[in-house]
Amino acid sequence: MRNRVDWPAHVVLVLGVALFVLPLWLVFAGSTQDPAAIARGELSLIPRLEGFGVFASILRDGSPGTGPVWRMLLVSGAMAVSIAFGKIVISILSAYAVTFFRFPFRKAAFWTIFITLMLPIEVRIVPTYEVMSDLHLINTFPGLTIPLIASATATLLFRQTFLVIPDELVEAARIDGAGPWRFLKDILIPVSSSNLAALFVILFVYGWNQYLWPLLVATTPQLDTIVIGIVKMIGTETQTEWNRVMATALLAMLPPVAVVILMQRWFVRGLTDGEK
Amino acid sequence: MATLVLDGLRKSFGKIPVLHGVDLSMPSGEMLVIVGASGCGKSTLLRLVAGLEEPTLGKIILDGVDVAARDPADRDIAMVFQNYALYPHMSVFDNMAYGLRIRDMPKAEIERRVTEAAGTLELSALLQRKPRQLSGGQRQRVAMGRAIVREPKLFLFDEPLSNLDATLRVTMRAEIRRLQRRMGVTSLFVTHDQVEAMTLGDRLLVLHKGQAVQLATPMEVFNRPANTYVAGFIGAPAMNLLPAKLAQNGRAAQLEIGPTIAFADGPRAGADGRELIVGIRPEHLHLDPAGFVLPVDLVEPLGSETVVIGKLENGQMLTIKLPCAGVSDTSLRVGISEQHLHVFDAQTGLRLEGGLSAVPSS
Repeated sequence: MRNRVDWPAHVVLVLGVALFVLPLWLVFAGSTQDPAAIARGELSLIPRLEGFGVFASILRDGSPGTGPVWRMLLVSGAMAVSIAFGKIVISILSAYAVTFFRFPFRKAAFWTIFITLMLPIEVRIVPTYEVMSDLHLINTFPGLTIPLIASATATLLFRQTFLVIPDELVEAARIDGAGPWRFLKDILIPVSSSNLAALFVILFVYGWNQYLWPLLVATTPQLDTIVIGIVKMIGTETQTEWNRVMATALLAMLPPVAVVILMQRWFVRGLTDGEK
Repeated sequence: MATLVLDGLRKSFGKIPVLHGVDLSMPSGEMLVIVGASGCGKSTLLRLVAGLEEPTLGKIILDGVDVAARDPADRDIAMVFQNYALYPHMSVFDNMAYGLRIRDMPKAEIERRVTEAAGTLELSALLQRKPRQLSGGQRQRVAMGRAIVREPKLFLFDEPLSNLDATLRVTMRAEIRRLQRRMGVTSLFVTHDQVEAMTLGDRLLVLHKGQAVQLATPMEVFNRPANTYVAGFIGAPAMNLLPAKLAQNGRAAQLEIGPTIAFADGPRAGADGRELIVGIRPEHLHLDPAGFVLPVDLVEPLGSETVVIGKLENGQMLTIKLPCAGVSDTSLRVGISEQHLHVFDAQTGLRLEGGLSAVPSS
């Protein structure tokens, strides 16, 4: 039974893989082609060996109208990591407060945080821009990241995680003499580490993909993210060098993929090991 | 080694009173078991002593010092929880060492204490394991170890055996008792299991609806229950409580189910006809050809003995424990041993002692 190959299942799987890989392959092969050939509509599926230089070239020099791609990758990376870390730190602390401490207006505090879920950056973009402008944060890295950090999604997730932690564990730690900070550091964070890893992946990808806010708030080329960079490469006046665009798109994909693969191993281990 | 005194300890949650003033004095090294049905306030009492709840009123005096206002960590107590409450991400060693590390104890001393406790509890081979790799009994031992290494003034046990299977419970029960005796640490043990209560405690505190009903040695509680609640709660199968009236100038009780039984330990106060509750343990009823007729409802053979539940004509249930097997399952003739009667007042439920001088005025 177990030796028999399940042909229909394999066919479906192979088709699925092809469906996902083909566009990527097209981008990869296209990035090595002669830009003039692409412009004529001759997009070969076979990579051209002499075209591989384009990756080094865009990393070093970028494309007409943009800075070097390495800097865009750096800006995007720094932004995504800042957003992910910032959100996690803020939401762990706020979730910790609303879950484990009894203070006046606790419910009100929680609901106020909760309501920000209805106000993503796209909705409050004009007032947020005004605030950033008043604080002189336009065209700065903090201006790029801080408004994206403030949101309730992660607070909500951590609150759910913390709610299932048994009271006895909290009480045992109290009797052992762990104060609030020690409890957070020694017990709460390690116990929710698998959720932490999962959330980091989601938030990193969220930060990496940001487009609208960076477009508005950061107009200097020094703060161009990779996503903005790709758009800038598709010029309107000059002829677009599609091989460079495709190479950049490919490079833009790698960091999120790397984060997912890296953290996936970690949080899957956390999930299978973990026990509350 | 420390004494514990509770002085008028009260606790209300909002407007709902849970404990109505508990007074207690424990000598050093005593194992006191707090027993009662669920909701009687026994866990609340323990949590007050632990500092996990704040008393509404009253003092908790540990070794001469009132600790009622102190943080749990500053009371020098250790607690063993029902669900073990081990830190899931820490090894057995770290679980036991955590409380000591927080107190900035030198590494060598932590190592010594944990190794010693692990030896006592047969956990030496498991020190590097995580809690999820342990069985229930082992986890419970780790929880014990975490309490032991602290070398506290007071041990608090919150139904620590109720999550274990029956066999393990008996073994762990004996182990806890041995350990507590050897270490001589004053201990409070909360349970709803009366067998645990009887076997573990130097003394029992029976709680009922937030009130201390009786505080005495297990045998005293068993032999002279203070009221009908304790009488029905301690002992298995439960004591038969039968309505009766005082008769023969206070020298006997006329049971509602028929027979009149003379008191072997002296007369009770009051006029004839005073309403009583007479308690008879199932083992103090015996087969007697001259006794009253009991229609059998159910026979439960336990191997070495047989429990018979009978139902009298007026609907009164009566439980008998017989030291033999193969009894009739239709009807029996039953006699009552006069020496083992428990007499209570029907209104207050309080115990009425034999001999007129011992009678409290009512």
